[in-house]
Amino acid sequence: MLLFKLITRNALRHKLRTSLTVAGLVVAILAFGLLQTVVDAWYGGANAASANRLITRNKVSLTFPMPATYLQKIRSVEGVESVAAANWFGGVYRDTSMANFFPKFAVDAVPYFAMYPEYLVKENEFRDFLRDRQGAMIGRKLATAHGFKVGDVIPIQGDIFPGNWNFTVRGIYDGGQKSTDTSALFFHYQYLNETLRQRALRRADAVGVFVVAIKDVDRAAEISKAIDQLSENSSAETLTETEKAFQIGFAKQTEAIVIAIRFVSFVVIFIILAIMANVMSLTVRERMAEYATLKALGFKPAFVVSLILGESVAIAVLGAAIGIGLSFPLVSGFGALLGNLFPIFDLSGATIVLQAICALAVGLIAAALPMRRAAKVQIVEGLRFVG
Amino acid sequence: MKIPINYSLRNLWARKLTTFLTAGGMALVVFVYAAVLMLDAGLRAALVATGQPDNILVTRRSAGTEVQSSVDRTQAAVIETTPGIALGPDLQPMVSKETVVLITLPKHDTGVLTNITTRGIGPAGFALRPQIKITQGRLLRFGTAEIMVGSSIAARFDGAGVGERLRFGGRDWTVVGVFDAGGSAFDSEVWGDSEQLMQVFRRPNFSSVIARLNEVSEFDRVRAALENDPRTPVDVKSERVFYEEQSEQMSSFIRYLGIFLSVVFSIGAMIGAMITMYAAVSNRTAEIGTLRALGFRRKGILLAFLFEALALGVVGWIVGVVLASMMQLVHISTMNWQSFSELAFSFDLTFGIVVQSLIFALVMGFIGGLLPAWRASRLQIVDALRAA
Repeated sequence: MLLFKLITRNALRHKLRTSLTVAGLVVAILAFGLLQTVVDAWYGGANAASANRLITRNKVSLTFPMPATYLQKIRSVEGVESVAAANWFGGVYRDTSMANFFPKFAVDAVPYFAMYPEYLVKENEFRDFLRDRQGAMIGRKLATAHGFKVGDVIPIQGDIFPGNWNFTVRGIYDGGQKSTDTSALFFHYQYLNETLRQRALRRADAVGVFVVAIKDVDRAAEISKAIDQLSENSSAETLTETEKAFQIGFAKQTEAIVIAIRFVSFVVIFIILAIMANVMSLTVRERMAEYATLKALGFKPAFVVSLILGESVAIAVLGAAIGIGLSFPLVSGFGALLGNLFPIFDLSGATIVLQAICALAVGLIAAALPMRRAAKVQIVEGLRFVG
Repeated sequence: MKIPINYSLRNLWARKLTTFLTAGGMALVVFVYAAVLMLDAGLRAALVATGQPDNILVTRRSAGTEVQSSVDRTQAAVIETTPGIALGPDLQPMVSKETVVLITLPKHDTGVLTNITTRGIGPAGFALRPQIKITQGRLLRFGTAEIMVGSSIAARFDGAGVGERLRFGGRDWTVVGVFDAGGSAFDSEVWGDSEQLMQVFRRPNFSSVIARLNEVSEFDRVRAALENDPRTPVDVKSERVFYEEQSEQMSSFIRYLGIFLSVVFSIGAMIGAMITMYAAVSNRTAEIGTLRALGFRRKGILLAFLFEALALGVVGWIVGVVLASMMQLVHISTMNWQSFSELAFSFDLTFGIVVQSLIFALVMGFIGGLLPAWRASRLQIVDALRAA
């Protein structure tokens, strides 16, 4: 008990210094948590992917479409439950700023929403959506961000598909899970296709990706291969992969940025380590005479060492506790600020554990050098020592 | 009388470990600050260098990117014959009608499927981009299945060396040359014959038209002529402006993230400096008392401690910038969200960044040292002397 009493008293001796150190730790832990959350968000789409959905796209690249007739062919592949066409629509709402960006997809509504049970729709709203050719279903997050209500018309300036497009909000879907992206707008593929038939016949009856639902998750590789064989040596060969692989493929292409962010998040830990190590070495140097006194009174070097280690870890734990506590409001505030840039922006359990581990490591490592010095100090030398 | 500068510097030297740790923390912050600025500068340099000031780039109205754009042959012919477009030595208009598509190829170290901009150029394509130098092999022959690759592609993708073959669009293409575009976006592209690419990708239309102006000053007139012509629903941009806009999102992402990181990290470093300086003051209370008793003024004490903190900042700056300058060896390759394709660029250390990070380090030192120095200068002589 004496040990704990001394540790607490020691930590509180320089109130200003201790609170500055704790403040530094809090800032570092917060920054670390936020950066890790950004990295998580990068892979958010992949984590939300379901194992029983495959994505079929043109082998050349995503920017090339496939003939709409593939839908029937893919449906006939053994093991395929249903198929839905989906087109990335692009388009600009108001202006090209990030704040006004949100994903817009033209989809075969009935099979598509059946394949994504995590999009929770109200039955009557969904019925209205099916009845309205120009109708749209929008996610809760998107609706909140722009204040869209059922019945509102969202005007979009087309870029991939030129012209002015107006979609009427017929329903708002919620996310079934925390990881569900509710920032997108879905409208009828049929509407896009019919409009293209009038405006640009050459581009009609073309599909960006097919989402394929399969019964047996274990047969994903086999079914993917069977689908790709359908179009082998044709002018539009396909590439089919699981939804997760498809999403990871996206994230991978910007991997350099993720690596940089991850790297920087550990730099902040090193910065706080330097500060903390400095504080401990200052503290120990000032107290050298006391440690010598303790030793002269008969306390073992181990006692002196645990005094220092205890103080360092106590400060680190306090900083970590406050930092992790503040991470929650900070992350959710940041998520709101970023709007639709990242569909999912949440502090994960793994991040919190990592924050705690880093703080503890900082506390332990910072105490290492000073501990050695204090343990080795000769009584006579220490008593003579003037900081 | 002023306190000699040596007093402050020697104090830093006397407490080597503390000085090292505090300056080390600051150095890391300066490193992050400078590295982010360098990355942004590198990105901009890559994309700005891509555009020639006297070239125009014509795309379909509100297409935004070349990949999304399409310009048909009639429109391209109208653009070609617009007054103000320069003629080449062969008396043909200096115009390249280009086809831009994205293909996916696996990166050779990681196997990650990556979107690559593949550009079909017209015969004037090379003359329009004088920054391009052929480093290996030769120019492609028009009318054949020959392609050339940018230097970043040659280094990062399988089958992209001279004499090797790449397969896309249902056909094999022979790589006959590697070109260096001075670190610009073209370095991350594959170039072939426009007409050949249109055939294999079954496109009746070009993606964009690049043209050289007689005079940069004629830009407004040419733009007005084309944009107001009902036959050509197009956007006309200076090539340089077009590529700058392509980097906007990525650049602002890097900048915002960088500012946020620098501010947050510098709070940490300033706290570190503050702790060090407070400790320095309390360790030397008796010394300060002595100095004051000897007749040194409060202001002198304040300046001496402030100078000590600034010197810490300078040490951090030097180490940080040296670390950051090593980043120039690192090349980043990532997907540009706006063009949806691979873009390679490097960290660019400019003189401006060196100066900016010095100011940043000095501000950190100043803020960290101000309060402790203030306390040192406020000490009463009698109390301070008694502290010993």
